[in-house]
Amino acid sequence: MDNKETILQIKNLKTYFPVNGGVGREKRYVKAVNNVSFELTKGETYSLVGESGCGKSTTGRSILRLIEPTDGEIIYQGQTINKLNQKEMLQIRRGLQMVFQDPYSSLNPRKRIGTILEETLKIHHIGTKQERTQRVMDILNKVGFQNEHYFRFPHEFSGGQRQRIGLARALIMNPDIIICDEPVSALDVSIQSQVLNLLEDLQKEFNLTLLFISHDLSVVRHISNRIGVMYLGKLVEETTTDEIFSNPMHPYTKALLSAIPVPNPRIKREKIKLQGEIPSPLNPPSGCVFQTRCPFAMEKCRTVEPELVEHSPDHKTACHLYYK
Amino acid sequence: MSQEHFMNDLSIIKKQMKQRQRTLFRKKFFSNKLALTGTIIMSVIMMFAILTPFIVSTSPYTLDTANRLLPPSAEHFFGTDNYGRDLFSRVMYGARVSLVIGFSVALLTSIFGTIIGLYAAYFKKLDSLLMRTSDGLMAFPAILLAIAIMASLGANLINVIIALTIVFTPLVARTIRSSALIVKEQTYVEALRAQGANSTRIIWSNIFPNVISPLIVQATFIFADAIIVEAALSFLGAGIPAPEPSWGNLLYDGKTVIFNAWWMTIFPGIAIMLTVLGLNLFGDGLRDLLDPHNKSKK
Repeated sequence: MDNKETILQIKNLKTYFPVNGGVGREKRYVKAVNNVSFELTKGETYSLVGESGCGKSTTGRSILRLIEPTDGEIIYQGQTINKLNQKEMLQIRRGLQMVFQDPYSSLNPRKRIGTILEETLKIHHIGTKQERTQRVMDILNKVGFQNEHYFRFPHEFSGGQRQRIGLARALIMNPDIIICDEPVSALDVSIQSQVLNLLEDLQKEFNLTLLFISHDLSVVRHISNRIGVMYLGKLVEETTTDEIFSNPMHPYTKALLSAIPVPNPRIKREKIKLQGEIPSPLNPPSGCVFQTRCPFAMEKCRTVEPELVEHSPDHKTACHLYYK
Repeated sequence: MSQEHFMNDLSIIKKQMKQRQRTLFRKKFFSNKLALTGTIIMSVIMMFAILTPFIVSTSPYTLDTANRLLPPSAEHFFGTDNYGRDLFSRVMYGARVSLVIGFSVALLTSIFGTIIGLYAAYFKKLDSLLMRTSDGLMAFPAILLAIAIMASLGANLINVIIALTIVFTPLVARTIRSSALIVKEQTYVEALRAQGANSTRIIWSNIFPNVISPLIVQATFIFADAIIVEAALSFLGAGIPAPEPSWGNLLYDGKTVIFNAWWMTIFPGIAIMLTVLGLNLFGDGLRDLLDPHNKSKK
């Protein structure tokens, strides 16, 4: 990755969900994504990790405007896309695709695989019937299917196969970026590696940029170049994969890492156990969002919100422990 | 592989697949006793209805006061009514009216109900408007509403169809809406939105195929229901006007002489019962057949 061309830039992304307080009560918001900024460089794999409910999936969906972001900017190839109308957005969507978590509900059970894949081409008005069929076939072969699978129904496939079909659907438009929303978390471990390897091969072949959303750190470690750790709608740490595993800074990242099971039971590790539950995003704690569960919380953490600051090259974290 | 060769290959696969599917469907259909019975009953009734003018020699309108209220005999299979008209011929011609009404109502309610249901499910803003309107219509008992509409429109065949369509459309709309609401939340709909599909494509090409099986089942039940309600309307004098025979007004005619001439109520009654039974069996069977997931069970 010599050319460090920024392909997608997320600036201060905020996605709030209004919560109906009922008559007379004030309207409140669940701040699912709260002021998140990051960049994707061409050809890299950027992972967003964090526990469930931290807003990583919402971030992915907000980028594609499946959920309209409340505020912030999404800049794709120099163009701010979050105020475009439907027609202009259609052009953008060619380059931005998504792979979904649940392989069972992500394919229409009434449609044949070929039709499902062809539909994407139809939406973008591409080619004649024959050209489209040819393109669908090429892509199906790329993800390891034969011609006869063209007419099968989704229920005739296993989870891993379906996820490969989902991958084919994302690839068919020749996109620049694929947002993978927990693409392997619904699969068996053996199938996971199969799909991940395929994803890596395809990434090399098509020079794809991946935004990989996952809660599984071992998967993330295997596939990504850079990692962003999210907690309660905020990005708390962002750095390269090697750095995050060798030198995690934020206490939350440390806690996440110490939760990875190690095969050798004799290895003694520093364990950080988190106390309590993740606070409600409807009513986030004051100061640092992590202060309620942080073992190192100081007085300052309860009042002042830490900024995401670069502490060493390519390593940003939002924690008061590291302010000089 | 050359392009032509490849397309050839594909069409061969397609042909084989279609063939396989057809045999599978046939096997499933014949092993499904309900669907089979329903289909047989319905096709016999349909055949009779269509071929009535060729089977029945006597006119359903010929009065013969000398032969009033004759019991069933070789000459008059179902006997004669209180004007001496041949009851067999009247029941047969009545079948045409009843089936035309049932079929038209089922078809029209399916069309309107599907449109209303799908759009209500997909667009939240339309939902409350459409569904409150249909709630309002459903608040009236079906027959009462039908009578009210008939009273304002006047009694004839077309108006019966219009009235029953108004009465039954909310039922279809409800069913379709509830199924569509589930489908709408599936990830593949989200995937389509991520691809940039517009609402028309999502609604008609993706949600609609998933609500067809509840729709067909609902439509067959409405077919049956429409026949019953039409009979009730005619029985109450608000349906098909005399002397045109419909199963409902045949029952109505029979009511006054039920103790002297049982055949005047029994035969139209059996006709209604058989048709409704056939339709319900057919609808139940069809529902099982239409689900692609069922394939793997056999």
